[in-house]
Amino acid sequence: MTTTELRYATPEAQRAPVVKLYLGIGLLVFAGLMLVGALMRAAQGATMLTLAPDVFYQLMTLHGAGMVGTAGLAALAVNWYFLSQHVQLNPKIFLATLLLSLVAVAMIVGSILIGHFAAAWTFLYPLPAFSLGQWSKGAALTFVGGLLLLGVAFLLVYLDMGVAIVRRYGSIARALGLPMLFGREPIDATHSPTVVASAMVLIVNVAGIAVGAIVLIMTMLHLIYPALAPDALLMKNLIFFFGHVFINATIYSAVIAVYEILPLYARRPWRVSRPFLAAWLAVTLMVLAVYPHHLLMDFAMPPWMAIMGQIVSYASGIPVLVMTAFGGLMLVYRSGIRWDAASSLLVLSLFGWAAGIIPAVIDGMIHVNLVMHNTLWVPGHFHFYLLLGVLPMVLGFASYLCANGQQGRTGLVAVAVYATGGTLLCLSFLVSGALSVPRRFAVHEESWQWLGNVGALSGGIVLIGTLMIAVPILQKLPRARLASTGIGARA
Amino acid sequence: MHISILLVSLLGMGFIAAVFGFVVLNSGPRDEDFGGIAKRGYFIRLWWFIGLCAAGVLVSVWSLIPFPLQASSAESPRIIQAVGRQWSWELASNSVETGEPVRFRVTSQDVNHGFAIYGPDDKIVAQTQAMPGYFNDLDVTFEHAGKYRVLCLEYCGVAHHAMVAEIAVTEKH
Repeated sequence: MTTTELRYATPEAQRAPVVKLYLGIGLLVFAGLMLVGALMRAAQGATMLTLAPDVFYQLMTLHGAGMVGTAGLAALAVNWYFLSQHVQLNPKIFLATLLLSLVAVAMIVGSILIGHFAAAWTFLYPLPAFSLGQWSKGAALTFVGGLLLLGVAFLLVYLDMGVAIVRRYGSIARALGLPMLFGREPIDATHSPTVVASAMVLIVNVAGIAVGAIVLIMTMLHLIYPALAPDALLMKNLIFFFGHVFINATIYSAVIAVYEILPLYARRPWRVSRPFLAAWLAVTLMVLAVYPHHLLMDFAMPPWMAIMGQIVSYASGIPVLVMTAFGGLMLVYRSGIRWDAASSLLVLSLFGWAAGIIPAVIDGMIHVNLVMHNTLWVPGHFHFYLLLGVLPMVLGFASYLCANGQQGRTGLVAVAVYATGGTLLCLSFLVSGALSVPRRFAVHEESWQWLGNVGALSGGIVLIGTLMIAVPILQKLPRARLASTGIGARA
Repeated sequence: MHISILLVSLLGMGFIAAVFGFVVLNSGPRDEDFGGIAKRGYFIRLWWFIGLCAAGVLVSVWSLIPFPLQASSAESPRIIQAVGRQWSWELASNSVETGEPVRFRVTSQDVNHGFAIYGPDDKIVAQTQAMPGYFNDLDVTFEHAGKYRVLCLEYCGVAHHAMVAEIAVTEKH
């Protein structure tokens, strides 16, 4: 670190405890929700387990809201930890975000398990108000209020991150590297990719969460005053903008772990360059513009939005394939990298993200969407992103922090188990989609049930792999001296 | 079409897996000349980028012209009103002849539903969303006789999976 960086960086002693809390809670919740996911697939298989439809849809809502929220918080921990090496962040605000999030989680879980709320994590308007006796208005308000509180918690820490970035870099645009990209400043090779990614995440996710807050408040008002009924298509646009941006911001936050840790293992630098900055600017704009690809089957939408959705959907995959995945592979090639749990998880995460782009882009084509929309093809591609992308980034980060890589062969076996289960699960979803099996069905027809059983077994393997990776981390986490991996000095 | 989509996706993902496998297998021994590796890498990356852009332009033109969602060219398709509600479909008619251009005028009385027509082989033929306050026109010309089903593909509550209607498609007289 340079003297300037030391002046701005958050002291290590203040960073460690809160990050540990985020990771510890996150890993436990991930494992629990994986079990829920496997149970749902088993229920669809109808051989090992049966679940009443109302219970299934409650678990589906829990799995969706829980995974998205937890992935968001865990990715935030990655982002906050590495950004705090460059700017002065306030650990108390970071802790307050966690505490507010836990209150939000209690509200969401309570609304589902006690109030029987089951309108899926997307709470697609006006379904929360149309339960036909399945859940009460209070349960719906509690769920929606929980999501709103979660959004407030994120905005709180983003405010601190934004202020800290502006204090050091002058503006968010400068942190994103725009003056360097457009030649107004020379390329500064010491400008951290973490700062660039953080600036992008701030821009898109503040917008995403703000829109999310609007649609959540409108949903609450509709619940309280049913006569106040907003336009369903407008609400759908707002919900999918929020959902798409939030989950994308999660991926782009978590990938910071790859930018920061993989160079340590490869003993090669990952520096900013003009193409790198151009890619991040493109991603910033495209993440905000691509959401209409979720609405291709809403023919009432203007055709230009459907066309834009298809084209931007394809284009937004290019920066990942050309910059991040390719850059990571270039770093690893002939590097003599030491393979352990952390390094292999991070490379796996790049693979999961890159591979998931293929079925996502194909589903983003209008022709294909006509026969694939809302089939199990959709969870097929996003489980590639999340289960084989974001989660390995978080697990790799946790493994690196706890020096868990030292466990050697056991760690590699655990990653192999995880990767095998994850790939099988994703493929079982994609094959189901190709056979037109609908998503979000509590009861599957007999001809579809074998795929549910394959999914349940694959989910079980993923859970075993996760526990093999996470348990040693959780054992070491309370005493871990963060970032003491013994893999050498920073490149 | 469905299986072709799967195969194309698997081919693409297989290519990515092969590239990752190649690099992982060649992660050692260490080459200290990273500058040289980067130079060759940037050259490959440039062509990779150009190739992806070119493929994107070709696929976009091929798949978007003509615009896939425009109304059918049939002058007077038979219009069938389709109304979704928790948890049933109300179709103005349940019988159609092969080769007869049909326009399903789809809407909802309560929440969002997904109007998906499944063929006799249990594969999706076409779909659109059923939205409160909107009518989505879905043009279909059935080519084969048989029993078709309408399933809801937008989650709409506890009996979402049981929201099914049938369409009997008979040979044209």
